[in-house]
Amino acid sequence: MSFYGIVDGSESSLKHFLAQLPGVDQVGAEARAAMLATRSIKTTSKRWAIDTAISMVDLTTLEGADTAGKVRALCSKAVRPDPTDTTVPSVGAICVYNDMVAIARTHLDAIGGKHVPVAAVSTAFPSGRASMEVKIQDTQDAIDAGAAEIDMVIDRGAFLSGQYGLVFDEIVKIREVCGERAHLKVIFETGELVTYDNVRKASYLAMLAGADFIKTSTGKVAPAATPPVVLVMLEAVRDFYQMTERRIGVKPAGGIRNTKDAIKQLVLVNETAGPEWLTPEFFRIGASALLNDLLMQRMKMDDGYYASPNYVTID
Amino acid sequence: MASSKKVTSKAASRLEVKKTYKLYINGAFPRSESGRVYEVSNAKGGFIANPSLASRKDLRDAVVAARAAQSGWAKATAYNRGQILYRIAEMLEGRADQFASEISLANGVTLKRAQDEVATAIDRWVWYAGWSDKLSAAFGATNPVAGPYYNFTIPEPQGVIAVAPAETFLAFIDAIAPAIVSGNTVIALVPGSAAIAAMTFAEVLATSDLPAGVLNILTGSHDELAPWAASHMDIDGFDISGIDKKKRADLKVAGAENLKRIHSFDGAISPTRIFAFMEAKTVWHPIGV
Amino acid sequence: MTFEYAPAPESRSIVDIKPKYGHFIDGKFVPGKKHFATINPATEEVLSQISLGGQSDVDKAVLAAQKAYTKTWSKLSGKERGKYLYRIARILQERAREFAVLETLDNGKPIRETRDIDIPLVAAHFFYHAGWADKLDYAGLGKSPQPHGVAGQIIPWNFPLLMLAWKVAPALATGNTVVLKPAETTSLTALLFAEVCQQAELPDGVVNIVTGDGSTGAAIVNHPGIHKIAFTGSTEVGKKIARAIAGTNKKATLELGGKGANLVFDDAPLDETVEGIVNGIFFNQGHVCCAGSRLILQEGIADELIEKLKVRMAKIRVGDPLDKNTDLGAINSKEQLSKIQELASAGDSEGAQRWSPACTLSAKGFWFAPTIFTGVTQAHRIAREEIFGPVLSILTFRTPQEAIEKANNTPFGLSAGVWSEKGSRILWATQQLRAGVVWANTFNKFDPTSPFGGYKESGWGREGGKHGLAAYLKEGK
Repeated sequence: MSFYGIVDGSESSLKHFLAQLPGVDQVGAEARAAMLATRSIKTTSKRWAIDTAISMVDLTTLEGADTAGKVRALCSKAVRPDPTDTTVPSVGAICVYNDMVAIARTHLDAIGGKHVPVAAVSTAFPSGRASMEVKIQDTQDAIDAGAAEIDMVIDRGAFLSGQYGLVFDEIVKIREVCGERAHLKVIFETGELVTYDNVRKASYLAMLAGADFIKTSTGKVAPAATPPVVLVMLEAVRDFYQMTERRIGVKPAGGIRNTKDAIKQLVLVNETAGPEWLTPEFFRIGASALLNDLLMQRMKMDDGYYASPNYVTID
Repeated sequence: MASSKKVTSKAASRLEVKKTYKLYINGAFPRSESGRVYEVSNAKGGFIANPSLASRKDLRDAVVAARAAQSGWAKATAYNRGQILYRIAEMLEGRADQFASEISLANGVTLKRAQDEVATAIDRWVWYAGWSDKLSAAFGATNPVAGPYYNFTIPEPQGVIAVAPAETFLAFIDAIAPAIVSGNTVIALVPGSAAIAAMTFAEVLATSDLPAGVLNILTGSHDELAPWAASHMDIDGFDISGIDKKKRADLKVAGAENLKRIHSFDGAISPTRIFAFMEAKTVWHPIGV
Repeated sequence: MTFEYAPAPESRSIVDIKPKYGHFIDGKFVPGKKHFATINPATEEVLSQISLGGQSDVDKAVLAAQKAYTKTWSKLSGKERGKYLYRIARILQERAREFAVLETLDNGKPIRETRDIDIPLVAAHFFYHAGWADKLDYAGLGKSPQPHGVAGQIIPWNFPLLMLAWKVAPALATGNTVVLKPAETTSLTALLFAEVCQQAELPDGVVNIVTGDGSTGAAIVNHPGIHKIAFTGSTEVGKKIARAIAGTNKKATLELGGKGANLVFDDAPLDETVEGIVNGIFFNQGHVCCAGSRLILQEGIADELIEKLKVRMAKIRVGDPLDKNTDLGAINSKEQLSKIQELASAGDSEGAQRWSPACTLSAKGFWFAPTIFTGVTQAHRIAREEIFGPVLSILTFRTPQEAIEKANNTPFGLSAGVWSEKGSRILWATQQLRAGVVWANTFNKFDPTSPFGGYKESGWGREGGKHGLAAYLKEGK
């Protein structure tokens, strides 16, 4: 593997590269994110943003109590978020545990959802604490069952103890397992990484190792996809594109509960990485409750009055 | 349940809805876990109310609440703390009549004297509120050390402070305000008849922006609670201005166990009372290219 | 795939601008005589008629201020004075949106800035100073420091209400009374502030507002009844005032111009640095005395940083100041616009390279695109003279010492910025820089507790903090 010709695959080469990255000033980054959050997105641009956000949602269920029934209901929602309005786009993907992938894929295909990919969380999600063999098997199972996208977690313990080579190698191996069949999202669990400098380092590490997408969180730990964290990741993909002409996607997950939050994310993308990223191909939002809020806001814009949860479906 | 003079009493035929007195811990109004109360009477011995008689376990719970609230309160900007405290003064002003009539009734003083006390207390509170963003100017410094170092001293709050004021509303205000303005959280041990106005004050707090746990009010006996506060290893400071002078030494002995900062103030009002419950942190940083 | 932001206008209906204004003297609005138009610089629409205060108006105002001082204000305890200021602060908070919209209409700056920065700081200044009124013994000026009496205050057009707050709040907190003249082009928020004084029941004559032009200002400066002058404006006028009061007993503080150096070392946090540079020169359209108008970059990172800066500048939204998404508003006046254009042309003719992102500027109103000049050296006019517009001059340095020398090589000394991740280097630089305000890894940050003012020709004295009180007090016994 060439690693874009930027690192040679060794830990020392990687550490050297990461060490010369400019630091992130916490106060400055938070101030920039806060300023972008004041953007007022109204009327036509709001309507566009809502539909775009819907098409970017990775509709997710990752509970111990998930069943076939629950997953099927989610799939139906994913394909037709509002059964009474066919102009509502389908979501970006379904996201489930790997033993639910087959059920999801089968059901999606059966209900006219062939265009909705199934993403599986993998590598001992959410903790990442297991042997490499288990993580590889986890990934393989998901792909064999029909997952077109793999959301892996990095080993945070290794990262925080400075074992960047280990973290890098794991991503490389999982990328190999994905091959041509699946795209790879790498989850940092930014709440555990804590500093923006770490988020920047993790972003470059993952991209150099072969990530197709970098993702903030598992959704199981708070804080998750805070605006400044997403800002730093968007800066990373922007600058990586300058270096390599390869566009890597970004997926915030966790804590994006309503339309306002989602629109703030789109503004961040627009004014940081740029409008080229404003498509499900390069930006996804990991969420579950968000979808209904987007639908209710969409209804309000079309009808002119405020909506009620009674008029959107659960699941 | 409290009785108070109504400013305009219309038909004597209407029965008042009287207040039940509880404690104020962590932004809520629980009764004492001990179930005990004590009676407060007016000057003629007539019944006014049964405030809760707080126990050492209530104190323990209050300390837990105060500790949990302390880092958040200290992290708020000085401006924010000052604004929250000023707003409490606005609420106090609105209820000045209520406070005055309650004090007059419970403490057996004339209404005029009670009104003066309330006015002084409100102005005193405002005075303390205005200190929040001036403490560094008064107690901080940059120090010209003999070397290429930038050296500065910042005053910081100590943590959780217990106060045991004397049995008046003004003493109560004078004890709690200087402690919380700098970012400490407080447990107030309010004795005797002072419980009446103190719990009305708690109502003001409950409708203010003061976060839960920043100020906790335990009505009851100094003799019973002060020793427990003095020995509590998770209380950082203790204002014993309302404790009988003969009993102060024992409290200081107990407080020595965690080197509690124990102070009493019997005189003029000054920012010293604020600084008594602050620490000073000095930082060195080299200057060099 | 492009994300266009639809218009998001803040409503104007919250403000009620009268067709004509007089002055605010002795607690009342009194009619003026001669009037001139004040316009909205974004559209050139006439907003109102403002009175040109003459000698007799100034005389009446000073008399009212003197009477208020002697009979009322000096007799109040600090505690009571403070309460008036708290009331004013609270009413400003209540009417914050109204003031923000009015300021935007009159000045041309974006509503996002008036709403999120100017007006909140205004309230904070009154709040902070309210608390000093009864604590002056602790201000480090001896026991019982005394006010001067009547202060004459002349403020500029770039932060109209904020500059009013910087002047009025400490003056009143320390026990002085005030005659204040707002800038010609931006008098409306000062006149609305007078309403707030009435709502707060401030005693008559404590605050007096006389509108007008330079002649009105001169009448205030020269008035024998004024003991203390506070002026914010150009260095040129500041010098005139200094000459005018020489030989009198009048005290003055002057907050004048600047040509702030923003130093970027090669270990700066790059993305935040770019934000800081943009903020430093394009905030408030660059109409900022402490603007970071000279960017001095370590030569090794200059190219990379300038590229990043250009990408970032392309995202600056220039347009209707009342649109909530506007970043850069209108230039305050035709006069100011021609000054900016003149100096920018000098930049061209002296051989610097000009660059602006593509933007559509409205035909009506006064506009200037955000602009950078590269290849600038100390010898260029655009490196020496204050442009007071959205124009950044970019120079380079090789060593830290050279950076400091270039930064200090100016008759101004108001502000400077330092960008580096190395703490000791930052502190070293702040120690070397001859500037009254130094920002490290940030820029254009203001707080009522933080003293502000300049070295050298950037002025005399400080505003804000404990230091800012000194100008309004005489040492106690």
